[in-house]
Amino acid sequence: MYGTYLRRELAGRKKQTTIVAVGLAIAIALVIVVNALAAGVRDAQTQALARVYGVGTDLTVTGAPAQRGSDTGQRFDFGAGGGAAASDGSTTLKTSVLRASPARGTIDAAGVKTISGTDGVAAATGALSLTNLTFDGQIAQQGAQGGSGTGQTGTGQNGTGQTGEGGTGERPRFGGGNFGLNSFSVLGVAPSAGTTVGPLSSVKVSSGRALDAADAGQLVAVADSTYATSKSLSVGGTIDVGGSTVKIVGIVASSSDSADTAANIYVPLDTAQKIAGTGDVVSTVYVKAASAADIATVQTALAKALPTATVSSQADLASTVSGSLASAAGMIEGLGTWLSLIVLAVAVLLAVLFTLSGVARRTREFGTLKAIGWSNGRIVRQVAGESLVQGLIGGAAGLVLGLVGILVVNLVQPTISGASAAGFARGGGTRAAGAGQAAAGAGGGGFPGAGGGEGFRGLGQAAQAVVLHAPLSVGILVAAVGLAILGGLIAGAIGGWRAARLSPAEALRSAA
Amino acid sequence: MSITQIETEPQALYRLIDVTRTYRTKGRTVEALTGATAEIKAGEFVTIQGPTGGGKSTLLQLLGALDRPSGGSLMLGGTELSTASNRELGRLRAEEIGFVFQGFNLIPTLTALQNVAMALVPLKIPAEERRARVDEALAHVGLADRGDHLPGELSGGQQQRVAIARAIVKKPRVLLADEPTGNLDEEMRDEVLVLLEALCAEGLTLIVVTHDSAVAKRAHRRLRLKNGRLAEV
Repeated sequence: MYGTYLRRELAGRKKQTTIVAVGLAIAIALVIVVNALAAGVRDAQTQALARVYGVGTDLTVTGAPAQRGSDTGQRFDFGAGGGAAASDGSTTLKTSVLRASPARGTIDAAGVKTISGTDGVAAATGALSLTNLTFDGQIAQQGAQGGSGTGQTGTGQNGTGQTGEGGTGERPRFGGGNFGLNSFSVLGVAPSAGTTVGPLSSVKVSSGRALDAADAGQLVAVADSTYATSKSLSVGGTIDVGGSTVKIVGIVASSSDSADTAANIYVPLDTAQKIAGTGDVVSTVYVKAASAADIATVQTALAKALPTATVSSQADLASTVSGSLASAAGMIEGLGTWLSLIVLAVAVLLAVLFTLSGVARRTREFGTLKAIGWSNGRIVRQVAGESLVQGLIGGAAGLVLGLVGILVVNLVQPTISGASAAGFARGGGTRAAGAGQAAAGAGGGGFPGAGGGEGFRGLGQAAQAVVLHAPLSVGILVAAVGLAILGGLIAGAIGGWRAARLSPAEALRSAA
Repeated sequence: MSITQIETEPQALYRLIDVTRTYRTKGRTVEALTGATAEIKAGEFVTIQGPTGGGKSTLLQLLGALDRPSGGSLMLGGTELSTASNRELGRLRAEEIGFVFQGFNLIPTLTALQNVAMALVPLKIPAEERRARVDEALAHVGLADRGDHLPGELSGGQQQRVAIARAIVKKPRVLLADEPTGNLDEEMRDEVLVLLEALCAEGLTLIVVTHDSAVAKRAHRRLRLKNGRLAEV
């Protein structure tokens, strides 16, 4: 009779049941979608960070930033007779420099050893972030005959060289020239780190091979697949890194389909240190903690051991992710969460009010049931059961609605941009014609005189497009349906309590 | 008194001694019953008459263990209703007292058969036995073929007969009826009265609150309640 009474009662109050169920359904769907989007944004943030810091990195340690004014700019020196003379009398000049950003601090070998030896550190690997600058250009034959001028150093600032002074004979004139400044990012990595921690942990080899321990000290490199395609690099080819000819042994791509890896070119760490002349230093140490529970403790220990360094956790790094990804995160976690909570509260309130209204309308009915021998407990269970079923109906409808919402997001696959403030420079500028042309770097801030395309940005941001997904989590679905049931139970408990408080005589009197 | 007389003398089902019931409403005290004293024997057909607001429904609710007296003694069989626990009162309502209301008080979303079955739910009877007793009760009131009808599909008299079936399905010791013919026309009233008399003849104690003198005339005893005081007519 319990089920029959319950079913008949809900069927007899279809409008009320529908309103309560719809309210709960909307609330539950919102909870599901918001949580799925929040999880998707967290995944996207992790993705954005993983490309820079790799999978498995719990903490990063970076050296203290350099003093203000320490960056005096890059000079390209050409000695007398430098360059290659062509048959038309012009001189081709080309030189490459591999350098670390003067604004970024470094950590020496002792520091790396300290980090590796800290309690709770399961793995640590260092990487040296560098930029390769290539200056190349051509100076036309000087105008006057006779005499040989001594060219003075070009600064590379605006692509003009100073006029050389003539020795004997007529004063030589500058015959014109064109120069280009190209750059690409280079990351010196420890090949033995494998894929457990660090930037290379989030890449896959698309051709050739990855760097391994045997490559230590060798002039070998792997290239990012996007950069390799743009520069027509391939396995077996070579690239000039800081004036050294480095052989490309592999092409790597990001584990994520829609983004590049952390740098254009990867070389063994000691090779990078030697070419750049930095000594045995790294710019970042990537740390994997022994367990998630240890992260905070390890972070504190590292900060204490290296007081001048900056130790950042994933949570700290997540705050550096900017762009629309950060906006989406803020919106979902802020507005989205509050909205879903408010709608849920309103839905539960609706359920409670309708239940109380139903109990009030059924005062005589409950009084009659008590008169024919029904106990308070039995009546409370009846009312609670009706509310619970309304909650279940709302939960089921909300589940379907929420799944549809998730499906829509995953079908639309919105792309949003996310940039990490500690991303590496991207180079690849092309030769610019004429002198004095300012750079039109894609990210702004490129060196004047650099070609079109992206310029060196130092500590600037590397924007990446990230596809936002809304992952399905059984836990969220179960919790959401649980919320609907809880809402029904709350309404049923309050309604049942109200029904139980009625004395049979009062109930019959009130409706008479 | 002879031994035969002692053996056939019906026992008192209800014994009221100086029963009072007061309510507090809107800051003032209302004395619905004042010192009601009476004895109702098993198998009697008793009517309680009186003016509106005289305390009739209050008395019926006290007899039906729906309420407790404020003072005095009210015995149902061997149970003192004024001091019995809520659990005991509930048991009495479930097993020994049948109630019929003026407005029928059937649950509109349940069929006649299901309404009658609701009275057996507290007794936790197996489904088969429950069905058998419900069928028997409906047959007793002449509605065996109307079990699947909703209350809205039945006439007033039929609805009241369903209510009576609900009251007797548990085989109570007493049936309390509050204006059972109040909402019925003359023909239906007679229908219901004939049924009630038949039940009484089978041994059921019947206590009916009524304004209707036609109903009162058919009772074994008539009590009058006026200004909270009970008197034999």
